[in-house]
Amino acid sequence: MTQELKINNCPLQSRLFLGTAGYPSPDALAKSIEAASPGLLTVSLRRESKAGKGQDFWNIIKGFDLPILPNTAGCSTEAEAITTAEMAREVFGTNWIKLEVIGDDYTLQPDPYRLLSAAQELINKGFEVFPYMTDDLILANRLSDIGCNILMPWGAPIGSGRGLNNPYALKLLRQRFPNKTLVVDAGIGAPSHAAAAMEMGYDAILLNTAVSKSGNPAQMAAAFAKAIEAGRGAYLAGIIAAQENATASTPLIDKPFWHQEG
Amino acid sequence: MKITINGQSKNFDAPLNLYNILEQEEVIGMMIAVAQNGNFVPKSAYETTLINDGDTIEIVAPMQGG
Repeated sequence: MTQELKINNCPLQSRLFLGTAGYPSPDALAKSIEAASPGLLTVSLRRESKAGKGQDFWNIIKGFDLPILPNTAGCSTEAEAITTAEMAREVFGTNWIKLEVIGDDYTLQPDPYRLLSAAQELINKGFEVFPYMTDDLILANRLSDIGCNILMPWGAPIGSGRGLNNPYALKLLRQRFPNKTLVVDAGIGAPSHAAAAMEMGYDAILLNTAVSKSGNPAQMAAAFAKAIEAGRGAYLAGIIAAQENATASTPLIDKPFWHQEG
Repeated sequence: MKITINGQSKNFDAPLNLYNILEQEEVIGMMIAVAQNGNFVPKSAYETTLINDGDTIEIVAPMQGG
């Protein structure tokens, strides 16, 4: 009913893309993934030692057999992001990469210039780039021009929970890129934020903190899954246009006292 | 020679290749990827990649991410 989302011909079971960071425990992470039934999971790379901490984490994730989207979180230069992407491709066996090139430490706002340059090089190297970007229309045009099939504008700064800071810009991107896969990534706080983006016609929502830092991550994951499905269904059904004046919903013809004579 | 591995400086006897380093770090067989001086080194090249004094090596593995 809500039409299946495919990326590179890979069918995704849901339009919720779930991050795996910041959960209170490995068990809470696993229960949240079960509750969300997400379309994919985002992961990262960190330094490894003989203690093998990363291997323990991977043992939890691989059991779900979901598509994996590695990120380049924490990178602030093209060189760092490109090397991280290449390492991720080998570790996870996927050419998908969520490209983060951060330009400001306080807002974690992506650097549009370095993002564009890194995206170009990664596409040349055969990656499917999922760029984490601002909601800027010109940047979206440039990323699209170089071959990005997916665009991931932020709703608000990462982890802020502010929701959709600039609905106008997000709607404009949807209007201008009717056939591109658009994902709101970051800043989502409440299921209603996710539903609002889906009602605009966004293809998916990528979120993490709103679930992992909630009072009950598994319950929140389920709530987001429902909100995203509801928003998608509403978009496909066609939401009525808002208007200034009331329109009676109950028919007036033959109501009691209708056109009484005398 | 002095090599920096994941930000920590260590001394090794030369000559060495990257595979030797990974053996000594006890990470062979783990799900890892490696960069030498900021450049990715594919698994197939570990044994043919020579290590030089002053090199920086990054060894990474899966981790939680958003």
